[in-house]
Amino acid sequence: MADDGDIVLSELPDGDLVKQMHDDLYDGLKDEIEEGVRILLKRGWTPYRTLTEALVEGMRIVGEDFRDGILFVPEVLLSANAMKAGMAILRPLLVETGAPRIGKMVIGTVKGDIHDIGKNLVSMMLEGAGFEVIDLGINNGVEKYLAAIEEHKPDIIGMSALLTTTMPYMKVVIDTLKEKGIRDDLVVLVGGAPLNEEFARSVGADAYCRDAAVAVETAKEFMMRKHNQRAAVRA
Amino acid sequence: MPPRRQLVLACGALAREVMAVLEANGLGHVAVRCLPASLHNDPKAIPGAVRAAVRESRAAFDDILVGYADCGTGGQLDALLQEEGLERLPGAHCYAFYAGVDAFAARAEADMRAFFLTDFLARQFETLVIEGLGLDRHPELRDAYFGHYETIVYLAQTDDAALTAKAQDAARRLGLAFERRFVGLGDLAPAIRSFAAPAATAPLLGAR
Ligand code: B12
Repeated sequence: MADDGDIVLSELPDGDLVKQMHDDLYDGLKDEIEEGVRILLKRGWTPYRTLTEALVEGMRIVGEDFRDGILFVPEVLLSANAMKAGMAILRPLLVETGAPRIGKMVIGTVKGDIHDIGKNLVSMMLEGAGFEVIDLGINNGVEKYLAAIEEHKPDIIGMSALLTTTMPYMKVVIDTLKEKGIRDDLVVLVGGAPLNEEFARSVGADAYCRDAAVAVETAKEFMMRKHNQRAAVRA
Repeated sequence: MPPRRQLVLACGALAREVMAVLEANGLGHVAVRCLPASLHNDPKAIPGAVRAAVRESRAAFDDILVGYADCGTGGQLDALLQEEGLERLPGAHCYAFYAGVDAFAARAEADMRAFFLTDFLARQFETLVIEGLGLDRHPELRDAYFGHYETIVYLAQTDDAALTAKAQDAARRLGLAFERRFVGLGDLAPAIRSFAAPAATAPLLGAR
C-alpha cells in the first residue's frame, strides 16, 4: 500500500486502527506496526490486548492465507518481521503488567537441519498466545534439548524438521526422554512440511501440528488437560 | 517380441541430465516426460502430480521410472510408488544422488551450512532462488533465509566455465564462500541404466 500517505494512523478510531494494523501486518509494514502499537498503548490499551487483538489476530489472517496458497514464504517473512518489531515494544511491558502466562515451551530445529522459518513463526505465535518460549535455534542434538529441559523445566517440547533425512532424529530425542524417565512429564509437539500425523505417532510424539495456528491450539489444549488433571488429583 | 516402451517421468530440474544419460548410453528408445521443477516449492503437491502423470502414461508405456528422489514428500511419494508398483531415483534429493547417496550422507555434518547448487540450479539461480524467495523485491530478507549459511557448494554435473562463473556469482550475491565439486551425474546414470536395459544388463538387476 504505497500510496496510503493520506491515512494518518493516529487519527483513526480504535476499531479502524486495529483493522488498518491487520492490513499493515499483511503487507509487512514494520514501521507502521510499531507506530500502531505505540498509539494503542498511548490510548490506554493494555500490552496484552494490543498483542492479541492487533498483532496475533493480524498474523492469524496471514497464516490462513499462507495455508490457502494466497501468500507465499517471502510475504510471510515480511509479516513476521513486522510482528516481531511490534512484539519487541510489547515484550517488556507484558512482563511488567503481569500478562497471563499459560505455559512454557522449549522449541528447536533438530540436528542436521538449518531450516528455521516455520519454527520461528511457531515460536512467535506461541509467545503471542501467552507461552514463555525458549528457542534453541537450529541444529539441536539431543543433549541441547536435555540441557534446556533441565534448566527451564518446560511443559512442552517442540521439534521442527524440514528434511527427510533429519525427521528421524525426532525419535532419537523422544527415545532418550523415555530412557531418562521424563517423557511423560512433557508434551512433545512436532512439525515441518514433510511430516504428517502418522509420522508423529510412529516416533512417539503427542501431536503433529500442520501450522502455527494449529500449534497454538494444540499447545493450549494440552495445557488445559494438564491443568484439569492437576485439579482432579487435588480433588 | 516388440521392444518395451519405456518412460522416465522426471522432475523438470533433471531434464537435461536424464537426456544426457540416455544419449551417452545409446538408450534413445526411452521417452522422457517432465513435470514442472517449481513443484519443489510445494512438495506436498508432488505425489499427486506424479500420480496423475503416471495414470496418463500407463497406456502408452510398459515401464515407467519416476525421476524424483523423496524431494521432501516425507515418504508420501514412496507410498504412492508402492501402490503403483514403480521405482524412483535413490536418496532424499538430487543433491544427494548427484554427489552419490552414500558420499553425500558421509559429509552431511561437514556440509551442514552449505547451500547446494547443481548445473540446473546455477543456470536458474536468478529465477528459482532470487526471485523464488523474493530476494529481488526484498533483499532485506537475505539473513532470514541465508543467515545460517556459510558456503555455496556447486555440485557440478559438467565442466562448464560459464556455469561455474554463474555459480560463483551466486555465492557473491548471497555473500557466501564458494566451493566447486565436480560430481558428474553420480547415482543418476546407473539408476537409469538399470531401468532401461534390465534384460541386457542382467547383473545390474537388484543394484540400486
Ligand atoms: C525456504 C526453504 C529453504 C530456505 C531456508 C531458509 C531458512 N532460514 O529456513 C533455503 C533456501 C535456505 C533452503 C535451503 C535448503 N533446502 Co529448503 N526449503 C525451503 C522451502 C521452499 C520452504 C520451507 C519454509 O520455510 N516454509 C515456510 C514455513 C512457514 O513453513 P514450514 O517450514 O512448513 O513451517 C510451518 C509448519 O510446518 C509448522 N511447523 C514447522 N516447524 C514446526 C515445529 C513445531 C514444534 C510445530 C508445532 C509446528 C511446526 O508450522 C510452521 C508455520 O506455519 C521448502 C519446501 C516447502 N514448501 O516446504 C524447501 C525444502 C524443505 N528444502 C529442501 C532442500 C533440499 C534444501 C537444501 C538441501 C537445498 C540446497 N540447494 O542446498 C538446503 C538445505 C541445506 C542444508 N545444508 O541443510 C527440500 C527438502 C527435500 C528433502 N528430501 O528433505 C524442500 C522440501 C524443497 C524440495 N522439495 O526440494 N530451503
